[in-house]
Amino acid sequence: MQINATRKGQRIKAMLAGELDHHSAQYVREVLDSLIADPQIRELVLDMSNVEFMDSSGLGVILGRYRTLSARGGRLLLAGVPAPIDRIFRISGIYALVERA
Amino acid sequence: MFKNQMHLQFSSLSQNEAFARSVAGAFFSQLNPTLEQLTDVRTAVSEAVTNAIIHGYRNREGLVTLEGYINGSSAKFIIRDYGIGIEDVALARQPFYTSHPELERSGMGFTVMETFMDEVEVESSPGKGTAVTLEKTLRREAQ
Repeated sequence: MQINATRKGQRIKAMLAGELDHHSAQYVREVLDSLIADPQIRELVLDMSNVEFMDSSGLGVILGRYRTLSARGGRLLLAGVPAPIDRIFRISGIYALVERA
Repeated sequence: MFKNQMHLQFSSLSQNEAFARSVAGAFFSQLNPTLEQLTDVRTAVSEAVTNAIIHGYRNREGLVTLEGYINGSSAKFIIRDYGIGIEDVALARQPFYTSHPELERSGMGFTVMETFMDEVEVESSPGKGTAVTLEKTLRREAQ
């Protein structure tokens, strides 16, 4: 799993690439947590266009970061969601909490 | 009618999640599935293997078995662990249920399996382990 991030003011955009499963989840969690560690960060955009595989482990990772951001009045957005991953997001109801960029 | 089977056993390491779903996907490809059907199987197998590793063995060392069967245009996968088992299978299958809230799991593993496969069967004995059977039938016959 590879993560490339850019910051613009209070907004971080993270490009994820590779496979997001239980094995890679811990690494992704740590990287995203360090990216949003600064309490000034209000918005995290996860660009999923290069995620080749994701199972429900990815939902836990996204929901955890969503909680951190919403506790400080921020938000999490999902961008470039590939169709197979979009199906998992839809059945989980995650779009009620996080927005599509 | 075309029939085939494979049996694979591997350590309960998270590194083997990608390995197991790749093997299942390659085996299932013999039925010439669509990309969506292939993703369904890879995702469902990944969920079952992850459950075996996290919940069956609680990240302790053990063995996970993946069996695959092709029978005509149907494929069946059985994922077995010999770990702690599930006390209440009906509860475990509920959406958003997780036995480990501290692990930041979504509790959607069984729901994903049920959505992506035609049949999902769970057999579990506390202290002996769990077997998850996943079945998918393609509408057209295998080539």
